[in-house]
Amino acid sequence: MSPSQDVLNKLTPVLTKRWLSPDAWRINTYEKLDGYQGLKKALKAHPDDLIQLVKDSGLRGRGGAGFPTGLKWSFIPQNDGKPHYLVVNADEGEPGTCKDLPLMMNDPHSLIEGVIITCYAIRAERAYIYIRGEAVHAARRLRNAVAEAYARGYLGRNILGTGLNVELVVHSGAGAYICGEETALLDSLEGFRGQPRLKPPFPATHGLYSSPTVVNNVGTIASVPYIVLGGVDWWRQMGTEKSSGPMIYSLSGRVVNPGQYECTMGITLRELLELAGGMQPGHELKFWTPGGSSTPMFTAEHLDVPLDFDSVAAQGSMLGTTATQIFSDQDCPVYATYRWIEFYAHESCGKCTPCREGNYWMVRILRRILSGQGTHDDLDTLLDACDNLLGRSFCALGDGATSPVTSSIKYFKQDYLDYIEGRTKPLLDARELVGAH
Amino acid sequence: MSYEELDTEELRTRAAEIRARFPEGRERSALLPLLHLVQSVEGKVTPNGVRFCAEQLGITRAQVGAVATFYTMYKRRTGGKHLVSVCTNTLCGMMGGDKTYKALSEHLGVGHEETTEDGSITLEHAECLAACDYAPVLTVDYEFYNNVDEEKGLEIVKRLQAGEIPMPDRGATPAGLAGIGEQLAGYGDGRPGAVAENATGEPTLRGARLAADHGISVPGFDPNTPIPSKQEGK
Ligand SMILES: Cc1cc2nc3c(=O)[nH]c(=O)nc-3n(C[C@H](O)[C@H](O)[C@H](O)COP(=O)(O)O)c2cc1C
Ligand code: SF4
Ligand code: FES
Repeated sequence: MSPSQDVLNKLTPVLTKRWLSPDAWRINTYEKLDGYQGLKKALKAHPDDLIQLVKDSGLRGRGGAGFPTGLKWSFIPQNDGKPHYLVVNADEGEPGTCKDLPLMMNDPHSLIEGVIITCYAIRAERAYIYIRGEAVHAARRLRNAVAEAYARGYLGRNILGTGLNVELVVHSGAGAYICGEETALLDSLEGFRGQPRLKPPFPATHGLYSSPTVVNNVGTIASVPYIVLGGVDWWRQMGTEKSSGPMIYSLSGRVVNPGQYECTMGITLRELLELAGGMQPGHELKFWTPGGSSTPMFTAEHLDVPLDFDSVAAQGSMLGTTATQIFSDQDCPVYATYRWIEFYAHESCGKCTPCREGNYWMVRILRRILSGQGTHDDLDTLLDACDNLLGRSFCALGDGATSPVTSSIKYFKQDYLDYIEGRTKPLLDARELVGAH
Repeated sequence: MSYEELDTEELRTRAAEIRARFPEGRERSALLPLLHLVQSVEGKVTPNGVRFCAEQLGITRAQVGAVATFYTMYKRRTGGKHLVSVCTNTLCGMMGGDKTYKALSEHLGVGHEETTEDGSITLEHAECLAACDYAPVLTVDYEFYNNVDEEKGLEIVKRLQAGEIPMPDRGATPAGLAGIGEQLAGYGDGRPGAVAENATGEPTLRGARLAADHGISVPGFDPNTPIPSKQEGK
């Protein structure tokens, strides 16, 4: 069944539009498709006007927390005599999230153009794109595009004859989810173990090399050229009052057509499913994440929640990275939780006790439940561990780890009890517990 | 490899190039790329590799070692010619990745981070590889294969064992672990045509395609919309 016109009209191809042109990653093609026009226009404006423009657009960060981008830029102290930096967070690793890598694969110049405009606005002469190590395929395209941009005079010294200087380096990580957390990322970029820093001070004043630094997600920075070109009113016709613009929703799991759907912010899962051809035959929606594994799961009850920052928060979850992982009645929420907690336990940087120990023990308790040896007390112990994590861990990784646990117990307590009381056949073999990964 | 064999003029030149990406006095930032670089030469991070990084950056070996052990991509054991990583994070795992991993592990006779006897393949299970719309996925030398069930997974590794290199669905021809290290150190892919190789697949394009097929675009886009200015008269 094809989607209704009303739902189709919620599609807003902006950042994803050029992806349909197979050669858009080449600078010649990019230039033919409005490429670097935003930069030329921006360079004629005053940097402060650009910051104001981004503020007025209502753009909020696409990396998970949804912080207002223009406001973040305005925190950079000006005329302080210190070098300023822009660091683009391309560490994409939150389970379910898969929108930044395709952007850098298919349209790398849009990110580079956004970087140059942002550097001009915040008065930075150096920018780094910290890309996840495993993303060799996207880094290859990105590095190629950076070299092309230098050759055309969009990067380097005296850009397009305006006197602007920007050096851009694509820096590969080495496999650590925590390096997506902005201060851990900065430590990693400085050549240290990727462990979060105490905040405040925030990166805006004490970021890279203790200098004023803007850290923004790939999608945030890639949005900038469109705002510069199309203007605030055009941008704000998409989304809601407080969550403006288009958003790339990543649908994965038990749907007929998984993939990237760029839509007006505030679309619902029911509508997204309509775009994606519905659930796979024989599968009924059971639980889903609105924005990656660190956002409390939703159920079929939440099909009509508008997926914008505030509406999702009002329902007790978070918009996160709009990574909707969709699970069905054939998937076990207890098992899913167990696997996610294994992930957090593995990726915990070990700096603080609640996260390091809490995740370690939660893995073991969940394993015990899934092998049919759990007790009723185990549920309390899990919730107690979450209590000690949420708000008490040093960074948001620890907070995020509690999301699958508390939300699955909230919505699917019966599924837990069925293992504990022997109604569900154990999913894990008790003998496998020894040495299981 | 002895330290003298590692510490060549060529590698030192590269190290200098990498240091130059960072402001003066901030050369320690070069550590991650340098570790990738020495790993590309030696197949793992050895004590000599650690020493090379330390000498190039003027820091201690202990400082380098502490960093090298933090990140999963730096290996302490020599890997096979190719690295096969199966995503077993929740979504991929539940959609078949767990089964694929098990089948490959049984076929190859190795577990996580172990290498086959013939040295052709190192197997690992990986966390979410940011390709969930293609689940379940696996990568060979970090290049992507989509919707890999047991059968497709087995075919890929059997071909690798036979010395063939199956073309990935997204990414360039797997370069072997040695070939990848240089790119991780920040260099372009020198192989002709590699940048143009397989970029995308239908899931990536679905929303954009649906909009294009139905003639949908965001109305009123005028690239000449003026940028409001408060600066006049300043
Ligand atoms: C554990 C953890 C992992 C994160 N991973 C990413 C990531 O991969 N990419 C990203 O942009 N933000 C990530 N973030 C959020 C960043 O800390 C930061 O909020 C973001 O980069 C700011 O950019 P934005 O304002 O443009 O969203 C992560 C946060 C945490 C706590
Ligand atoms: S919450 Fe976890 S990841 Fe964050 S600092 Fe503590 S141990 Fe490290
Ligand atoms: S869960 Fe496998 S790629 Fe995301």
